[in-house]
Amino acid sequence: MRDAEFLIEVMAGQLQDLLVRRGIAEPALVGVHTGGVWVAERLRQRLGIATPLGRLDISFYRDDFSRIGVNPQVRPSELPFDVDDRHVVLIDDVLYTGRTVRAALNELFDYGRPASVLLAVLADRGGRELPVEANVVGTRLKLPPGQQIQLVGPEPLQLLIQTAP
Amino acid sequence: MSATDLQVDRQGRLLHFLTVEGLTRRHLTEILDTAESLRGVAERRVKKLPTLHGKTVVNLFFEASTRTRTTFELAAKRLSADVLNLNIATSATTKGESLLDTLRNIEAMQCDMFVVRHAQSGAADFMARHVKPHIAVLNAGDGCHAHPTQGMLDAFTIRRHKPDFPSLQVAIVGDILHSRVARSLIHALNILGAGEVRVIAPRTLLPAWVESLGARVFHSPKVGLREVDVIVMLRLQRERMERALLPTEQEFFQQYGLTEERLALAKPDAIVMHPGPINRGVEIDSRVADGPRSVILEQVTNGIAVRMAIMSIVLGNHARPIEEDA
Amino acid sequence: MRIAIEGGRVIDPAHQADTVTDLFIADGRIAGSGQPPAGFAPDRRIDARGRIVCPGLIDLCARPREPGQEHKATIASEARAAAAGGITTLVCPPDTDPVIDEPAVVELIRRRARAAGQVRMLTLGALTHRLRGERLAEMAALKEAGCVGVGDGGRAIASSRVLRRALEYAATFDLTVFLTPLDPELGHGLAHEGQVATRFGLPGIPVAAETGIIARDLELIRDLGVRVHFGRLSSARAVELVARAQEEGLPITADTAVHHLHLSEIDLSGFDSRCHAIPPLRGLRDRDALRAGLASGVLGALCSDHQPHEPDAKQAPFGDTEPGISGLDTLLALGLRLARDGVLPLPALLERLTWGPARILGLDGGHLGVGAPADVCVFDPGAEWRVEPDTLHSRGHNSPFLGWDLQGQVTHTLLEGQVVYTRKERV
Repeated sequence: MRDAEFLIEVMAGQLQDLLVRRGIAEPALVGVHTGGVWVAERLRQRLGIATPLGRLDISFYRDDFSRIGVNPQVRPSELPFDVDDRHVVLIDDVLYTGRTVRAALNELFDYGRPASVLLAVLADRGGRELPVEANVVGTRLKLPPGQQIQLVGPEPLQLLIQTAP
Repeated sequence: MSATDLQVDRQGRLLHFLTVEGLTRRHLTEILDTAESLRGVAERRVKKLPTLHGKTVVNLFFEASTRTRTTFELAAKRLSADVLNLNIATSATTKGESLLDTLRNIEAMQCDMFVVRHAQSGAADFMARHVKPHIAVLNAGDGCHAHPTQGMLDAFTIRRHKPDFPSLQVAIVGDILHSRVARSLIHALNILGAGEVRVIAPRTLLPAWVESLGARVFHSPKVGLREVDVIVMLRLQRERMERALLPTEQEFFQQYGLTEERLALAKPDAIVMHPGPINRGVEIDSRVADGPRSVILEQVTNGIAVRMAIMSIVLGNHARPIEEDA
Repeated sequence: MRIAIEGGRVIDPAHQADTVTDLFIADGRIAGSGQPPAGFAPDRRIDARGRIVCPGLIDLCARPREPGQEHKATIASEARAAAAGGITTLVCPPDTDPVIDEPAVVELIRRRARAAGQVRMLTLGALTHRLRGERLAEMAALKEAGCVGVGDGGRAIASSRVLRRALEYAATFDLTVFLTPLDPELGHGLAHEGQVATRFGLPGIPVAAETGIIARDLELIRDLGVRVHFGRLSSARAVELVARAQEEGLPITADTAVHHLHLSEIDLSGFDSRCHAIPPLRGLRDRDALRAGLASGVLGALCSDHQPHEPDAKQAPFGDTEPGISGLDTLLALGLRLARDGVLPLPALLERLTWGPARILGLDGGHLGVGAPADVCVFDPGAEWRVEPDTLHSRGHNSPFLGWDLQGQVTHTLLEGQVVYTRKERV
């Protein structure tokens, strides 16, 4: 079990530095359902960002639809700001194969053409299958494929590592 | 094998969508919730999801209906499926090629889903019974039997306006006898736990034993419309007069047409629905159809999201490997 | 040819006989039972121990589909099926193509049936020219050609004027009139007007489509004294109407089809086109009333209403399929099931399948009295079999009973003293 709140604090620091370096004053934060949204909400508070939070449910963009079908608990995606020419920070809980990020980017671009996209993740567990890297990482873990890492929340947030059943 | 056994696999997953009857509240809620997620797609710059990319959906319409076919087509296209529209005159099948032959031919084109509309009750069941297992069948209206996607989009529209189903009073007015829409909606509302479903029509337009579907019968709108939350008007086909079911359109409008005066009998915030296309001055007055309580056009918009939801759920279930019994 | 059928339980309802005994046949006729007639030396002995020996079955309505629909079945194919089902006489209604409204068609069917040789195929002539319900058919000529009666061929005559004339004319020539009471307009539908039709959105056929016509017909018959047989009743109310008319002394008889005694509207679930029948399968209350009517004798005959179809005729959405059930193969076994279920005693059941229909037709047959034509059915009442395409002899496999396990299997069928069917034991 990791202290997720502490890791988010770490992320907030990194992200703040990155935004300053890039000269981005008012980014739009977008969380990927479900864990990514929890992390994004906290980051938005810590960074004092006024733009309302965006949420993406990438169920309809998954590349494994033909194997697993539609997630029965799919929620609406909502981006309550104009994506065009915005600097967007995409936020997820765990970065693993990179497929979720690819799906999220695809969905994001169906809303408009952002000026730039940064990726921030709570935990990077390695095991990438696509050329995707995060700009901000709360923690890096080396996990064998049999283990799962999961963010449980929303109150309190806990990062659990489990052996897959 | 009943239609329910045909459309649901042993794990309870929807493999076809033939009728609402016999489904569980979980099935319907999943469709409505998924449709809710899909509703926003129409407001985005790219009104398209990649979900059914590479899948082929065939609209197999044995009965002409540009409107319904268009909404299915749009739903499939918004999910990135390829769409093939086939309008097959019924005469071609009754006189020459059998429905089974037609089915085999189109099957040979490597399709993933058939959207079927047919003048005969049970046609979609028949298709589902005979298609190869990887193909999903969606019923887009079979005779007087079922129009389940319409029933679901009506339920979806109602839920958006009146989420409290246990206290809900819904009145369906008009030609219940020939209405597949009414049958599907009655089933959907009952499964979702609606407080009361009423049907209002003269005896000639009510099927025998209509109460057994789960509806309370009224012959007078004066009584039946009182305090309802939702009024669903059904389209009246002109041929009903020829078949001696009604004297004239004028009399029908006078007795059953939805006017502002009749609408006033319902709850002040009641909504007015109609599956379209509407006959102004026959079943509904223009002032009501275009008035603030009408959600008729919203039904059309919702229809696309609901059909997208059903298509993605059903095709998704076909995608998943079926766990064999040990 | 002399045959001795030995050791069977001989049930001859016409003579209220039910004993284990021997039956002797000589020169195509029943020669005696119990003790062999003087000097009787059988050419062949049939061991009937453990079996039932009864008159050959008489089926008041079976369509061999020939002439006109040979793609469904032929006289030869259905004659074989009849023999295998213990049926020695069947009555072919006049709705063939061409219609049986002229002697040449009667002759054609007789010739084909004689060539097939396994069953006595009787014909009903048409009441009206081409069965159109407009002009009278040549009933006198049809009678002379051999028709055992005249009928509407499943198409009730809409015009009361034409029907009244037809009844009068038939009465003139002492013809029994076979009517199928279903209002051509009100009866235009696909299923019994009940809960199932409502759920499935199938156009309903109300009971009144049957009873309205019966009530009309009864009033027309009242003064004419013509013998009328109502075929294929489907509703409780129809049984009531016929029973009352019989009590009043009208010369009325009636039958029902055996599937109406086992199935109901519920069996249409899933749009099962094999259950698409006209008249439609009705409610359970109707089924029970028909059963009671058969037991009481209001319904004097049980028939197959055999309508074989090619597979395509049933492979379509319900409303695009052709109505009708293939029934020759299952008539006896489904009847026996009624007896086993206590609907009526076995001898009474066999009466409705033999002597009952014989009397309706005015035939010398349907019994085992000395001198009667030796039409005999020998069956094993306990033999179990499953209704499957393989076990059906009819070319039509359109049976809603496919998959049912039935008891009672014919082992021998004799037509006029000739063995026309012997069951081959399966290896």
